[in-house]
Amino acid sequence: MHEMSVAQNLMATISAEAAKQKSKPIKAKISCGILNVINDELLAEAFSAISKGTSCESIRLEIEHKPMRGLCKKCGREFEVDFSKGRCTCCDSADFELLEDAPLILEEIEFETG
Amino acid sequence: MKVKIGKKILSANEQYAEQNRKYFAERKILCLNMISSPGSGKTSILTRTINELKDRLKIGVIEGDIQTDYDAQRIEATGADVVQINTEGACHLSAAQVSGALEKLSASKLEVIIIENVGNLVCPSAFELGENAKTAVLSVAEGDDKPAKYPALFAKSKALLINKIDLLSLGAAIDFDIEKVKSDVHRLNKTIEIFNVSAKTGEGFDRWCDWLFEQAKKQA
Repeated sequence: MHEMSVAQNLMATISAEAAKQKSKPIKAKISCGILNVINDELLAEAFSAISKGTSCESIRLEIEHKPMRGLCKKCGREFEVDFSKGRCTCCDSADFELLEDAPLILEEIEFETG
Repeated sequence: MKVKIGKKILSANEQYAEQNRKYFAERKILCLNMISSPGSGKTSILTRTINELKDRLKIGVIEGDIQTDYDAQRIEATGADVVQINTEGACHLSAAQVSGALEKLSASKLEVIIIENVGNLVCPSAFELGENAKTAVLSVAEGDDKPAKYPALFAKSKALLINKIDLLSLGAAIDFDIEKVKSDVHRLNKTIEIFNVSAKTGEGFDRWCDWLFEQAKKQA
């Protein structure tokens, strides 16, 4: 349940930005790769638990999971890796390298207007 | 109103990890972050590794557990330097905790620091501690499907120790296909080194210890 650590870090950044904007945050967009092992429900629960009674209380988290990408050494194409198959989706070669997994990023915060 | 942020959520942890990375580099220390499920035999692997390399490498250990200093006591009995961190519930170590532990470790004399993370096959792999490499441990009793089910750790590790292989030769009723594990792991990670070991009997430790020694020499 490392989502609690992620939620704490997330709230610290959002609170700081909210203080700067002097506005109430209502939505946060997050993106992550598969190796960050983020579970959407657990992160939402953790965030809701720690943000209760704060300005971040009513934030909705929108989480985009980016797939792992591979670079095929045979056909040279980049493709979305399916670990259960472990082959290039274009030429079926098993000779490919994994590209770097997407990091865990807070992309955008939406604030209440007016 | 939308505000673009584009900031790494775990940047606070990464700052500490970077600080630790510098600490190891300046002292030419090899740091491994050892990760596995609870009960896979991390501490037994460490005590045997420390004993077998006693005359060749000075190894220190940072122990991470939710509660107790049981593991630190076992390391201490080998004569090696050890610091215990209790996470009080947290399922992984953070780089800040490791940074605090480094202050208590007499690191000036060490060539290798092994961080034994909290027993957990998922969460610890998401938090960089500043290590040179992650080392995964999988014991045969856990089943040969774990790399496919929990890919993150195996994709990120530089080495994998398959432990308790003595159970297989005992004819114990364990369905564990080492070749399946190797092919599943290589699908995730083409360059990982895999060692079949038994911390109980010492089988496979020559190759593992030689590898560790070589890695440490690369830092120096």
